[in-house]
Amino acid sequence: MNTKLKDLVWVFAEQTDGVLADVSLELLHKARTLAEKMNSQVSAVLLGDNVEGLSKVLFAHGADNVYLLDNSELKDFRSMPYANLITNLVEEKRPRVVLFGATHIGRDIAPRVASHTRSGLTADCTELKIKTLTIRKVEHEDLLLQIRPAFGGNIIATIISPDVEIQMATIREGVMEMGEPDSSRRGTITPVKVELDPVETAVKIIEKHQEASSVNLKGAPIIVAGGYGADTPEKFQLVKDLARVLGAEVAGSRAAVDAGLIDSERQVGQTGTTVRPKLYIAIGISGAIQHRAGMQESQKIIAINSDAEAPIFQVAHYGIHGDLTDVIPKLIAAYKSQLH
Amino acid sequence: MSLHTIVLVKQVPDTSNISGDVMRPDGTVNRARLPAIFNPEDQEALELALRLKDKHGGKVTALTMGPPNAANMLRECLYMGADRAILVSDRRFAAADTLATSYALHKAVHRIGDYDLIFGGRQAIDGDTAQVGPQTAEKLGIPQITYTLEVQELNLKKKTVRAKRAIKNGYEILESPLPVLLTVTKDAAEPRPFDVRRLCTYKRAQSRFEIEATVDDSHDLVWMDELMEKIKADDLLIETWNIEDIEADVQWCGLAGSPTKVHKVENVILSGAEFKKVPATTEGLNDMITDLMQDHIFG
Repeated sequence: MNTKLKDLVWVFAEQTDGVLADVSLELLHKARTLAEKMNSQVSAVLLGDNVEGLSKVLFAHGADNVYLLDNSELKDFRSMPYANLITNLVEEKRPRVVLFGATHIGRDIAPRVASHTRSGLTADCTELKIKTLTIRKVEHEDLLLQIRPAFGGNIIATIISPDVEIQMATIREGVMEMGEPDSSRRGTITPVKVELDPVETAVKIIEKHQEASSVNLKGAPIIVAGGYGADTPEKFQLVKDLARVLGAEVAGSRAAVDAGLIDSERQVGQTGTTVRPKLYIAIGISGAIQHRAGMQESQKIIAINSDAEAPIFQVAHYGIHGDLTDVIPKLIAAYKSQLH
Repeated sequence: MSLHTIVLVKQVPDTSNISGDVMRPDGTVNRARLPAIFNPEDQEALELALRLKDKHGGKVTALTMGPPNAANMLRECLYMGADRAILVSDRRFAAADTLATSYALHKAVHRIGDYDLIFGGRQAIDGDTAQVGPQTAEKLGIPQITYTLEVQELNLKKKTVRAKRAIKNGYEILESPLPVLLTVTKDAAEPRPFDVRRLCTYKRAQSRFEIEATVDDSHDLVWMDELMEKIKADDLLIETWNIEDIEADVQWCGLAGSPTKVHKVENVILSGAEFKKVPATTEGLNDMITDLMQDHIFG
């Protein structure tokens, strides 16, 4: 650690059963670019039981320092002990930026920490920048520009917290790119004393049931996704048929999930998974910004839609205007004919 | 001990039904053109609270902060079965972010007094932040159970509640002491339809704003006070609280109390990929597949 650097940029290092969440590693890479602008190091805040070994993974992904809160009471995530310990540390060290993954855990504790420290907090950011802005003749240094779709995704809003010291944001998994780890990177471990009041640990976990996800949208090279235009089980079956022929994963927009056509685990978009496959085929998806936020980084995009004006065509590389019940069978036949 | 549950509810613009004339030419949103609805997850939160009341007795209080017309949603709460409805409304609350909102709500909860449980939707569809629930819990100094799927067991003797909560790829069951705040996810509980008898009664329920609007110059303030008293006596008053009523400090309310500010809003600019229009013919599709195979996207 370069001792001349300030300690202004933090990432909550989320771990479950000793495995770090991908989103935390993605955020460390983003934090590096933010920290460079602020002449700061990057610190990760790691809570758990016997988790010191994870520090080297955090260093490899960009942390210069790990605040380690290691205690048997922290083995499993619980809101109050986690939030209160992070709050105490934030109040003591006063970082300017604290980032959390927008997970069941991050979205649970970030608001509590922000509430107690009276920090600005913006949920589900899709982009973050550091800037100095002059607002009403007052210069604000190191402002975190928290950029997110707003109002049902019809606009992009840039949120700032100019009047407070601590700026917090949650970011969904997959939105920031995970760079290559550098295992030669080194850092310091700063142990933090864990003291908890019985009131803080009063909530007990009675039972916990967690499965490895059977769906791996993030890792799929080809994704075939259906939306509102495939609003009957018969039409959606065509989407699934195409996916099977192409060896692709099936996904859906929020409309498809809400209509019960596909499991929410397979939802692509701002409130679902963010994907960057080699090929993304959007069928009957109009392309609301929440959906595009989850797929527009795909290498190639094919859009099939009966509405020639659908915004999805504006991010697509190939646009097919037509009825999916007509187009999909033709596409399957064309693909099969070229394989032989 | 008699159970008392508070439900945090919000009236939201229906962002799922945005049509052309809602967006202004400059890309901003004309909120006034959107229909206002009962935030769906808050309605499920109310349903969970009412189910506990069905089983254990007690009282359910619906609490909202919002503009005067949020009284419409509070009436719906009464139709479903809420015993008491409170509208926290004051111009000085305007432009509140989640922190300022939770500050006002927690002051209102203090005024309400004793409670065992607080329910709320996980998030509101106009912001999707999921922050107000946890921030209100933090300000009240009570534990929280977010992403609640199901309330399994309420033990009023031990003063504990067990709830099932969604986690990544699974669930966990937590036991918390009371009081606790729970935020409820979609599909936790199908909201009951309005009770017809309650609808007939409570469609006459009025907020202070609505009562004031019926008063004209021919009436004096005494008449107004008497009217309020009568409506209250008939149990038809939607209690309406301002900043002073909840003893909130103005500096933590509204825009002044909101650390996050909107710096700018932009129209969505599409990235404009290299675009090929593909005819929906066998030939056109064949050409596209050839392209993709050459680019090693397929195979």
